[in-house]
Amino acid sequence: MVTNYIPIFLVLLAASIFGAAVVFSSRIFGPLRPNKVKIMPYESGKDPIGTTNERISIKYYLVAMLFIVFDIEVIYVYPWAVEFKKLFAQYGLFAFVPMFIFLVVLELGFVYIFMKGGLRWD
Amino acid sequence: MYQNSTEIFQMMPFIIIGAGILLSIAVEMSIKKSELILPWFSILIFAVSAVISIAGIQQESVLFGGMIAAGGKAAIFNFIFNVGAALVVLNSVDYIKKYGTYYGEYYILVQSSVLGMMMMSGAKDIIMIFMGLELMSICFYVLAGINRKKFSANEASMKYFLLGAFATGFVIYGIALIYGTSATTKIDDIISGFNRLITNPLFVAGFIFLLIGFSFKIAAFPFHMWVPDVYQGSATTVTGLMSTTGKTAAFSVFIIILAAIFSTHSINKFTPYFAAIASLSMLYGSIVAISQDNVKRMLAYSSIAHAGYMAIGLAAGNISSESGIIFYLAAYTFMNIGAFGIVSIIEGENDTQLGISSYAGLGNRNPVLAAFMALFMFALAGIPPLAGFFGKYYVFIGAIEGGLTWLAVIGVISSVISVYFYLRVVVYMYFREPQEEIKIYSDNLSLSAVVVSGLLVIIFGLFPDTLLNLITSALIR
Repeated sequence: MVTNYIPIFLVLLAASIFGAAVVFSSRIFGPLRPNKVKIMPYESGKDPIGTTNERISIKYYLVAMLFIVFDIEVIYVYPWAVEFKKLFAQYGLFAFVPMFIFLVVLELGFVYIFMKGGLRWD
Repeated sequence: MYQNSTEIFQMMPFIIIGAGILLSIAVEMSIKKSELILPWFSILIFAVSAVISIAGIQQESVLFGGMIAAGGKAAIFNFIFNVGAALVVLNSVDYIKKYGTYYGEYYILVQSSVLGMMMMSGAKDIIMIFMGLELMSICFYVLAGINRKKFSANEASMKYFLLGAFATGFVIYGIALIYGTSATTKIDDIISGFNRLITNPLFVAGFIFLLIGFSFKIAAFPFHMWVPDVYQGSATTVTGLMSTTGKTAAFSVFIIILAAIFSTHSINKFTPYFAAIASLSMLYGSIVAISQDNVKRMLAYSSIAHAGYMAIGLAAGNISSESGIIFYLAAYTFMNIGAFGIVSIIEGENDTQLGISSYAGLGNRNPVLAAFMALFMFALAGIPPLAGFFGKYYVFIGAIEGGLTWLAVIGVISSVISVYFYLRVVVYMYFREPQEEIKIYSDNLSLSAVVVSGLLVIIFGLFPDTLLNLITSALIR
């Protein structure tokens, strides 16, 4: 059983040795002659401006949050859509109307976010 | 699917509130002047829902595929939630104007929290309890910090959210253990197998977790840390909502999940737990409230003490203590909403005029407000002809019937202690000269909310047996 996995462990070992070798060999074997220009952060040949630890606005969290609306929508709508023909044959309009109400409720939330400017980034 | 017209009638409160939330969202996003519409719309749907709930008290029916019960005691709880929320909304209009921070979401969140409470009080499935709890709690977290430019409101919201999330963790872990041992989430099945399940230590552990989670929500003693800061930091009207209807909803869950003990006389294994939190909450709340100069903070500690009085009923676990708790909750809701209503009228902008010294000389300056504040203070202290006295009386009767006389004695002792800090407000209002210039804004709407709660407190106090018979008949069915 465990012997079947030996090749995988071998590959893992080889990969980590190779990765470590690539990273550290240049430091070990390469010549190290730093000067002021060399150790400057590379900015397309220009002198760097400002500090590196600047705060970046993470407005993207809004999109991530709003994505939940669609996430939930997909979770419920997809199985329903796959089985819709069977459901419709069995329940008639009752298979359609509750999902429609659900979608209205869900989309109302999305329209609310949109109207309130939740998607405006600045 | 639903043929029975009674069921559709009893479903109406849920549908009305649910549709009301959606409509409010639509109004809020499309109309600029929504602050003129939303409060009145909220009051309308709360009033209609309260009337329909109480009209359906006679028949109990199970709705939504065995998920929610309506009628019976759920009808009484729904009535308390809806009327309480309507009074809070009425109280909020002027308060929000005074602070000048209008967010239309305020009313939508109040409506959603009421829907959550209604789901909790009628739950027939543990998952439903959890859904309702989360709906209510998340709305409360946001409501606590709705005044988002105020530092103390942010602090309150954050504290409430972190500790509330922790308590929710307890609840869900308890639910997992209960489901693991009983293999069902249906409360009726758990109740019918209660005597067999209670011998399983894992089931008891799950139950204890559930009880701990809800003890947090009722603000009982060892889980009370958040109460003073949250009640003080939130907007006063929001505090009025959280401390009354939120507590009522949590107690309704206690009554639902302990139904086996209350109605089929199973052995109450949880008596020591409830006796401990009851006695400690009563004494702690009453003693610490003595040293509070901020009226909101004083009411927060009094809220802890009142949770203790009600928990006596849970420790006793018989039918008279159950109806006593419900009576107490109804009385407490209206007297506390009234008291917080007056605090919100007296309060100036930016958390000023909250200290007890701002009440000095109120008896001369504004006799009506002072009279109502005195009424609510007497009611909270439990002075006889008012609702608060009968609430305590029925709970203590239940405790004595259940053989817990010592708990009733502690209850009486701590109510005697609590008289000091309630009457201190009255003394300041009538026997002290004002130290500072107090500006009171004219708040006719808030005053009307206060008057309505005052009348309810008096009516409950004058005809306690009528209400108690109504509650008992709803429970026995």
